[in-house]
Parts: sequence; structure tokens; C-alpha cells
Amino acid sequence: MRIGRPETARRKKGRDAPGKKRKDILIAWGFLLPNLAGVACFTLIPMIQVLVSSFQRAIGGKWVGLENYVTVFRNAAFETAVSNTARFTLVCIPLLVGISLALAVALQSLGPRGNPMSTGFLLPMAVPVAAVVLVWKVLFHENGLINGALAALGGTGVDWMHSGAAFWMLVISYLWKNLGYTTVLWTAGLTTIPQSVYEAAQVDGASGWQTFLHVTLPNLRGTAYTITVLSLLNSFKVFREAWLVAGDYPHESMYLMQHLYNNWFRNLDYDKISAASVMTSAVVFLLIGFLRRAWDEEE
Amino acid sequence: MKTRSKPILFLCLLGGILLICFPVWLEVTGAFSSQWELEEKLAPVFQNQPGRAEWTVLPLAPTLENLVEVLMDSPGFFTMFWNSVLICLGVLAGQLLVGVSAAWALAQFPLRGKKRVLNMYVLLMLMPFQVMMFPQYLVLRQLELLDTLWAVILPGIFSTFPVFLMYRFFRAVPRELLEAARLDGAGEVRIFWQIALPLGKPGILACMILSFLDTWNMIEQPMTYLKDKSLWPLSLFLPSIGLEDMGMGFAGALLMLIPALLLFLGCQDQLKEGIALSGGKG
Repeated sequence: MRIGRPETARRKKGRDAPGKKRKDILIAWGFLLPNLAGVACFTLIPMIQVLVSSFQRAIGGKWVGLENYVTVFRNAAFETAVSNTARFTLVCIPLLVGISLALAVALQSLGPRGNPMSTGFLLPMAVPVAAVVLVWKVLFHENGLINGALAALGGTGVDWMHSGAAFWMLVISYLWKNLGYTTVLWTAGLTTIPQSVYEAAQVDGASGWQTFLHVTLPNLRGTAYTITVLSLLNSFKVFREAWLVAGDYPHESMYLMQHLYNNWFRNLDYDKISAASVMTSAVVFLLIGFLRRAWDEEE
Repeated sequence: MKTRSKPILFLCLLGGILLICFPVWLEVTGAFSSQWELEEKLAPVFQNQPGRAEWTVLPLAPTLENLVEVLMDSPGFFTMFWNSVLICLGVLAGQLLVGVSAAWALAQFPLRGKKRVLNMYVLLMLMPFQVMMFPQYLVLRQLELLDTLWAVILPGIFSTFPVFLMYRFFRAVPRELLEAARLDGAGEVRIFWQIALPLGKPGILACMILSFLDTWNMIEQPMTYLKDKSLWPLSLFLPSIGLEDMGMGFAGALLMLIPALLLFLGCQDQLKEGIALSGGKG
């Protein structure tokens, strides 16, 4: 080892002649630049522009400091949208993360039969929302199929579209769409736990439940971080269902940030929209802090 | 005890799958039901008549009339379908063209500022569309691309998610292989063509499937950037079909579902691999 090292070092030096190395790096930048330029043009620079304009009046560009932000905070619709979005997230994420973990563990315990079954749960991912709008309407209408099923079971129907139940319709849509995706993520995490750890637990006489609590869960910590944040960010997409089924102004209980953005956008409320964009990015930015920690832990 | 509970578990999961797939089944059987049958069954929903909507496991009188009507008699549908196809082709081709090489550069070269670029890509990939909506709108307006398909295609191409995914895949390519190729005098471009692309094929494929599903399902972008209805993709057109054409609505939806479903069933393993990769099994 001690004799080998200087030799390798010399060989390395000899191979990477400075001229060639510089050329390689140039080629690598050539590989990267087209993409980087596009990203800068279509997202990065525009976002910086919006950050600047959030402190200005949209018409005339006069500097107004935090005025736009104050307007947004005083807006009643903003308050509704933020609290709905927060409520939605706080209800959905634990539900999704918990159910999908149980599902992943169950599927794994089935052995080779589990893989084809996970395809069944993943199916909604391939189903475009627009292709099931009609079905959603048939299912969730006051006289629709879900209420029919509830009545048959002896329950009473709910007016899904025009009451607080609208919120739960969103929750169901979100779970339906994302359950399979999240289960596959958990499964990937589960397969990275070495079999030997389980065997050791078995030798120690741990029960199935104990093994899950003390072996499986601690080993899934990194995966759990990632899944939580990815689920959170996927939760923004539930707007599609909400919008397609209920339009621009749905029942108050499912009026999300995205509705607000759209309506402001259509009404040319550019002052508000830029301030709100900046705030949302800031929130996402913080979330990503957590995510990166999870990823770095693994690397 | 554990073995005895397995069949029960199996049945429970099967029940779950049936429940999950039920809406898709509704959609498929709806497409093969006649307009008359749909109106009969669904009147309580769509005409607000008293009573409850009904559904049968199979259509009472299966028919192709809706599908035929959509395919033969509605030029509008074809335009929209074609728009959707064009948008997907454009986005996927663009991602192949500029995304794959960028991922390779990030994965295998000691570029200065690489870490910062990667962090930025992750950040952008996780931003909800609504944050980008207004900034992007301004750029597209400046470039006079609004109300052209490019307004949807170009931002789609430069989505950072595929780059990130392929970066993870390329990072797994063993350095020794490249060193060996370099010692043999292969240039970087040749290494990219003859090593990176063949080795990265599964990752690229997984990534393209995810991109396709995402683009095919796109709603917010065309809704914001395309005012001209003749440019709309299917995903915007379908919801605008009126209830008097319910049969056509179901049939059109089925036709939109088919490509996504075929791809999904044909490439489910690659898809799962891609998802696992996005979650950080790395």
C-alpha cells in the first residue's frame, strides 16, 4: 500500500495531461449548458424577476416595500385558502404515509406475489385526471354511487359537492392517486434493509410486531423523510381534481391556494400574485431543507 | 400463525385493488354504454331527478356507437388528440436532446459549482406549478410564445425532474469503466454515446415514462398559456364536453386513457424502478 500509492499518483498525473483535462471539462459544460440555459430562461430568471416585482406596483413599477405582502395577508380569500391548504396537508400526509407503509409491509410479506399486486395499486397513477372527471361526478354527486352505497349500508348520504364533505372528496382523490406511488417508494426502502438484520432479530426471539418497531422502522428513517416531503409536494397537484370536478369557485372547504392563484391571475391581480408566489417559494424552500438533510444522510 | 393469516391478507389486498380500480372500470364500461342507457341510469346525477344513480357491472346493451361517433364524427376530438400527442412528443424529444447529456455531465464530471446547480435543480423540481405560473407567463409573453404549443412544450422540456432522475441513474455507472475507456483513448463524446447511453437506457426509459404520464395529464399549463381552444390538449377538452354528450365524454376519456394505460402495463417494472429512484434509493 505504502509503496503503491506514490506510483498511482504519478500515473494519474501522467494521464490527466492539463490540456486534455481542460478540453474534457469544456465538453462537459457543453453537455450541461443547453439545459442550464433553458432552465435559467424559463424558470430561474423569471422567478428572480417576480421576487423583485413583488416589492413594486405591477403598473408603473413604483417601489412599495412590503405593501403587496400586507395586501395579501389582509385578503380574506388568502386566509381561507391558506388554512384549507394547511388542513388538507395535515390530514392527507399522515393518512397517506401511514396507509402506504402498511400496504408496503403487507405486500412484502406476500413475497413474489406482492409485486404484481402493487401494480394494481399503482394503476391510478397512469389515469389522467381528465379521463375520470365524469366518473368522479357520478361517484360523488348527492344522488351518486357513493351515497347509494352508503344508503345500502344503512348510512345517510352526504352532499359531497356543496358541504364540508367536499374537503373529504379531495382527500379521497389524493389518496386514490398517490397510494400506489408512495407504496412503491416504501417498498424500495424496505428492500434496502439487509436480511441479516431480520435474522438477528429472529434469533433474539423478537415477535413480528417488535421486529417492525425496533428493526424495520428505524431503518426506514431516511425513506420516511423523503416520502413525507414528496407527498407534500404531490399534494399541490390535487388542484387538478378539485378544479375539474368543481370549477373555479368550489365549495369553501376545498378552496385551495391554487384556486386563489388562478383567480388572481385571471383578474390580473399581479401585485398579489407575485407576493404570494414569493411566500410560497419560501415555504417550499424551507421544506426542501428537510428533504436535503434526508438525502445527504443517505449518501 | 403468520402463515394462516396470509390468505386473509391476500384477500384484503385484492379487495383494496378492486376498490382502487373501480373508477377505471366505471370509465371503461361507460364508454361502451349507449347515450340512452347512460341517461337512464344517471338521470338522478345529471338531471337532478329524484332517486339514485345506478350502475351495472357490465353495460346492459354494449355498443361501440360512442367510440365510433368520437372517432368518425368529431374532428374536434382529433385536433385535441393530435395537440396532446404533439406536446408529448415535443417535451420528450427535448428532454432526450438536452436533458440526458446534462444529467451525464452532472453525474460524472468534476464541474465547478456542480453541487449548487444540483441543489437548484432539486429546488425547482419541487416547486408547485402555481409558483412558476406567473413568472413563466411573463417570459412566454415576452418571447411571444403565448397561444402556441411552444408555450407548453418549452417549459416542459426544461423541467428539472428528469435531469435529476437520470443524474441518479448515471451516478451508478462505475468510474473504473470510464477510466478504462479514457485510457484506451476514447473521447468524451464517444464515451457518452457508447457507454453512457447504453448503460443508462433503463433510467432514461423510466424517466421518459414518468415524463409522458405527467405531460399527457397536463392541465394547469395549457389552461394558463393557451387561450385558443383549437390548441387545447385532450386533458382540457374532455371536461368541457357537455352532459348531453355524456356517451361521447366517456368514449373520449377512454381513448385518452388507452395510451397511458398501455404504456403503464407494458413498462410497469421500469416505472417502479423510476419511482424508487426518485425517492432516493440511491
